[in-house]
Amino acid sequence: MSTETEVVPGRQTVEELDEVVIRFAGDSGDGMQLTGTQFADTTALVGNDLSTLPDYPAEIRAPAGTLAGVSGYQINFSSHDIRHPGDAPNVLVAMNPAALKSNIGDIEPGGVVIVDADAFTDGNLAKAGCKTNPLRDGSLASHRVFELPLTSMTLKAVSETGLAGRQASRCKNFFALGLVFWLYERPVDYTREWIEKKFKTNETIQKANTLALLAGYNYADTTETFTTHYRVRKARLTPGTYRSLTGNEATASGFIAAALLSGRPLFYGSYPITPASDILHELARRKNYPVKTFQAEDEISAIGAAIGAAYGGSIGLTGTSGPGIALKGEAIGLAVMTELPLVIINVQRGGPSTGLPTKTEQADLFQAVLGRNGECPVAVVAPATPGECFHMAIEAVRIAIKYMTPVFFLSDGYLANGAEPWSIPKVSDLPKIDVHFRTSPEGFQPYERDPRTLARPWAVPGTPGLEHRIGGLEKEDVTGNVSYDPLNHDRMVRLRAEKIARIADDIPPIEVFGRESGDVRVVGWGGTHGAITSAVEQLQREGAAVSSIHLRYLNPFPRNLGEILGRFRRVLVAELNLGQLCMLLRAKFLVDAVSVNKVQGKPFKVAEIVRAVRAHLGT
Amino acid sequence: MSTPKLTRADFASDQTVRWCPGCGDYSILAQAQKVMPSIGVARENIVFVSGIGCSSRFPYYMNTYGFHSIHGRAPTLATGLKIARPELSVWVVTGDGDGLSIGGNHLIHAMRRNLDIKILLFNNRIYGLTKGQYSPASEFGKKTKSSPFGTAEQPINPLRVALASECTFVARSLDTDIPHLTGVLERAARHHGTAFVEIYQNCNIFNDGAFDEFAAKEMRAERMLLLEHGKPMRFGKNRERGIRLNGLEPEIVTIGENGVTEADILVHDERAREQTLAYLLTSLHYPEFPVPSGVFHVAERPALEEVVDRQGIQATAAMGAGSLERLLNSGATWTVGG
Repeated sequence: MSTETEVVPGRQTVEELDEVVIRFAGDSGDGMQLTGTQFADTTALVGNDLSTLPDYPAEIRAPAGTLAGVSGYQINFSSHDIRHPGDAPNVLVAMNPAALKSNIGDIEPGGVVIVDADAFTDGNLAKAGCKTNPLRDGSLASHRVFELPLTSMTLKAVSETGLAGRQASRCKNFFALGLVFWLYERPVDYTREWIEKKFKTNETIQKANTLALLAGYNYADTTETFTTHYRVRKARLTPGTYRSLTGNEATASGFIAAALLSGRPLFYGSYPITPASDILHELARRKNYPVKTFQAEDEISAIGAAIGAAYGGSIGLTGTSGPGIALKGEAIGLAVMTELPLVIINVQRGGPSTGLPTKTEQADLFQAVLGRNGECPVAVVAPATPGECFHMAIEAVRIAIKYMTPVFFLSDGYLANGAEPWSIPKVSDLPKIDVHFRTSPEGFQPYERDPRTLARPWAVPGTPGLEHRIGGLEKEDVTGNVSYDPLNHDRMVRLRAEKIARIADDIPPIEVFGRESGDVRVVGWGGTHGAITSAVEQLQREGAAVSSIHLRYLNPFPRNLGEILGRFRRVLVAELNLGQLCMLLRAKFLVDAVSVNKVQGKPFKVAEIVRAVRAHLGT
Repeated sequence: MSTPKLTRADFASDQTVRWCPGCGDYSILAQAQKVMPSIGVARENIVFVSGIGCSSRFPYYMNTYGFHSIHGRAPTLATGLKIARPELSVWVVTGDGDGLSIGGNHLIHAMRRNLDIKILLFNNRIYGLTKGQYSPASEFGKKTKSSPFGTAEQPINPLRVALASECTFVARSLDTDIPHLTGVLERAARHHGTAFVEIYQNCNIFNDGAFDEFAAKEMRAERMLLLEHGKPMRFGKNRERGIRLNGLEPEIVTIGENGVTEADILVHDERAREQTLAYLLTSLHYPEFPVPSGVFHVAERPALEEVVDRQGIQATAAMGAGSLERLLNSGATWTVGG
């Protein structure tokens, strides 16, 4: 079927759906992340709730057509509240055989598979390691397959611009996007405007992409390829103003907000690293805010500069992923010893070593809580959703300044790249962050502590009469002079530990999702929140005595945690590592917690949690 | 507001100095304390940042703000502090191990960025605090605790590192030549941009007399070359000898012999746009040549922190000052009715 054929459009039926999961997959050069982001942004604007899962290779351009080069973007959108990007996609858009092969296993039985038939050449099949053509060998029998010549239709659609060859065929992602927009009743306007802006310096490309987008939409509209299109009504979100944003965007905004709320400028020292670099990009373009960014020569310099800035009275911030944290360890110890406010972002990825740079994992918890020489306590917080990154960033700064301590902000690849509708808070609802610089030289002692918080004074250079020296050698209590006295060291080690422990009095108690006591309690932290909560909801609907708690504060733990853990017969700790939080909980509370874990570089599926909980119900 | 004129004593902290008796660091400390009152910066705006090593204890003894950081990383702290607080006078004190070995990466990048900071590198060509291993500046074949058969390594030339890093002020002085050291420190303080000063410093415990062959007071006239901008490079008790360029090779000539006149002698130009001359001077080693001291190279370039601040001002002028309201509502938004 081609667009040139005159067809009388059939009266397509509209089917209403509550929730849809689509995955776009193609070569890493096919623009799948862009396609997915455009679909997600439009979906947000039409009022659905949504959750996304970008999944891309570490190589910028792995060999075209190979399994290693497949890039995917999954989006779950719905007319009700959702918290996770979906287990099994209902729809797969696959731009080549490799994309089909590496994703088809995840697609629900009976699901829709749209493929670019033009890409199923012998060469591409061979590159994907397909011995037979999956479009012909019957392996897709349980799916509804739509073989569409996306490339050739795109070439025709853009031919009037004069573009040809690779440049023209590169527009096929917009053709596919237009098609899926029609299929799910989404307007093309937002993407049209986006293309206009993005390519304003290249009119030909601008026009070609627009033509491809519209051609895809019109193709679906005017041919009888799809007999049904689908309606997903607006979600009943809490009234308010929303925007769609990723965890990394929320993180950057949160730290800028903290600067504005505290009246202290933000200094961000960072060295580019996946998946944290977007935070640097976001902050670097905000030079009209009280923000200074510094792309350092290495990870150590990045944190050293942040410590220098914190010493000078800025909010010192450094951001990286696990391998970078490994390099920053000694400097974190320096900030602990000198008791300066500092926030360290770790957007966790698969490890050890270089590991899986673009994949998510939660295996740096021990590193954050324990991973330094000496007794070296720091506060550790972890946002649970992309949007929560904003609020936890402010919270991390509040704790860092109030307690004069480094604070770890543990994000992960899933949160960093995942997007969701974010209810924009009112400025008046944001917390104030109090900052007190010591100014009076009267009786000044660099390590004299606030009796309640145990924080030492923030005495910044430029203050007359407070000239003093700090450093990484052990400090004498109160004076801050170098001291090797054994009892003083013992006292200082305990004071530093006690200062962090006291933060527990200043953080919200754990809230339980579900009933207060019962059979199984699921404990999670960080980006697994959506999957765990959805699983527990499902089990609760089935009548199981299951509830969950999600930790945003990992050091110190909230005061009521131990007591809450005791109220359930069985405690399951679900995390994307081999049981790090589980071990901390067992050590701290002597609770016989069981680890539910996964280390595949991918988030939990809801079904995986459900299955794990069921295994412990009534046992 | 006028403040009383401070003296050297005002810059001495209450801490007991704990270097070994006879260490060259004492002299450098004394000169720094002497220079501080004259650099035109209020004491509270002066910060000394150091790494690890004997020299890095320096900040404890200066009655200014001070930060004794971790091994090799002083330039990074200084960088963050200077970007955040451009009005401060930031001094980095480091050694040949701290600055050239573990911290080499930071040193070159700090100099390349040209922050308006002063870097004093105390070069004693040995690891003192760890009791006597060779350093990256130790001469080839040097026998130390960690090189009992002599080192197998070519030493690094700190000034060449500075020149290659496009440092805008490159100088060398001596712990024992007090007027010279004072003069170089004053000039470094006045320089706008990164000033790198290598100071030959005697470790009387682990590398005693390392520089005596040419730097001992009675040897200097014959074996050192005092660099002065715009002046011919003459040395010797009666300044009878000089450096002449033979093709691209420097050579020692005697004025009055073989028809050599002062006009044949190379004239120092610390402001030469090209670093060629400064680089050539870094190749002069004893015993083949006198060892140069003074300012090798000076250049003018905007300081990094000024560029950063200018970008902030320009962005604010172009986009308007950011606010919480703007931050929260940037990008595409939609409203869900109540």
